[in-house]
Amino acid sequence: MKTWAKVLSVVLLVYTIVAGFLLDVPRLNIVNESIRALYFHVPMWFGMIALFTVSLVYSILYLNKPSFKRDAYSVEFVHAGIILNLLGLTTGMIWANYTWGSPWHGDPKQNGAAIALLIYLAYFVLRGSIENEDQKARLSAVYNIFAYAAMIPLLFIIPRMTSSMHPGNGGNPGFNMYDLDSQMRLVFYPAVIGWGLLGTWIATLRVRVRLINDKLLNLEND
Amino acid sequence: MLLQLFLKELTLELRRKAVISGLALYLFSTAFICYLSFSLKQNQITPLVWSALFWVTILFSVINTVAKSFIGEKKGREIYYYSIASPAAILLSKMLYNFLLITILTFVGWVLFVLLLNNPLADHALFGVTLLLAALGFSSSLTMLSALAAKANHSNILMAVLSFPVVISVLLIAIKVTKNCIDGLDRSVSYPELLTLLAINCLVAAASYLLFPYIWRS
Repeated sequence: MKTWAKVLSVVLLVYTIVAGFLLDVPRLNIVNESIRALYFHVPMWFGMIALFTVSLVYSILYLNKPSFKRDAYSVEFVHAGIILNLLGLTTGMIWANYTWGSPWHGDPKQNGAAIALLIYLAYFVLRGSIENEDQKARLSAVYNIFAYAAMIPLLFIIPRMTSSMHPGNGGNPGFNMYDLDSQMRLVFYPAVIGWGLLGTWIATLRVRVRLINDKLLNLEND
Repeated sequence: MLLQLFLKELTLELRRKAVISGLALYLFSTAFICYLSFSLKQNQITPLVWSALFWVTILFSVINTVAKSFIGEKKGREIYYYSIASPAAILLSKMLYNFLLITILTFVGWVLFVLLLNNPLADHALFGVTLLLAALGFSSSLTMLSALAAKANHSNILMAVLSFPVVISVLLIAIKVTKNCIDGLDRSVSYPELLTLLAINCLVAAASYLLFPYIWRS
């Protein structure tokens, strides 16, 4: 990752934290100050989807033309995506505890996110149970693409068909209708970019570690 | 080729009846356990409990059924198939065969549940359609996963772990429509769900079709 992107990520996140806590937010019933969770909860999901999508692209590229590097990218982007998934679930649960009354509310989107977590944990179980490296990379790439296809209806279609308390679902209006006023946009969009870049940063670092380890292993074998 | 492979699966299955009767027994035992655990309190099986028990039973029987489609195959025979047939024909024939098997299984399961427990359904035709569509979804997603799991160690555990997250979206919609069938709602209420189920089936089947050659090659 380029240096400017890392600097941008840090700057945007510092800005998100400072402005996210200090700037004015709209006063809404029940939600009140907890509306600030928007800056820390929602970007996690944007970031997660982006990271999983990058991993999907690398899996497709891997099947097209196998290479160790492509496999490393698709694994590590899943790792980073899972971190964001866990953070998103945690922030959501903390927020739900105060506004909905309990951390786990059985909201379709919440369940969908938990199932997405299961899908990608199964991806690691699959990787763990194949010994041949090439076969491991190819089969996990296949599962990654398959799982992504199965996850899309789970996260974006089914919640919209049932009653969900997330904006944009179950007949609820999306953000743009009323609650995301222009002042919140000033923090929200930088937050999305900042968290997304941070996730990418973590992933690329881990990819580098993986590639170096592979190189070391090859040197030792020589 | 596709038809020949399909007929081959069918004849093989009918020739060694142990497997198919094992599956039938599995389904019967599960349904019977459900019956026994509620034996004296039939009235406690509310429609929702019925639907939950039914789908859990079906899910486990189906995963066991489909798991054997690749996991049971011998290495030498796979190489033979590889040399005579295209991967698409193999996948589609297995899928078609699994679809037939799962459909029979779900309908037998339905009959068993009606016999042993009770019959809370108000709209039988719609439930039949739901079962068909769910069977299609199960066969299109699980056949491919069975091929995946067969390549790894501990295939049987892996099969369950890999398939649960993937079939959940099919299962969720099926359960929702089941509830509509139990309540006897107007059919137009369930059409969007059935269409979504069909769309998910197409999506998963297309993904399997595209990805299977990569698994088969190894």
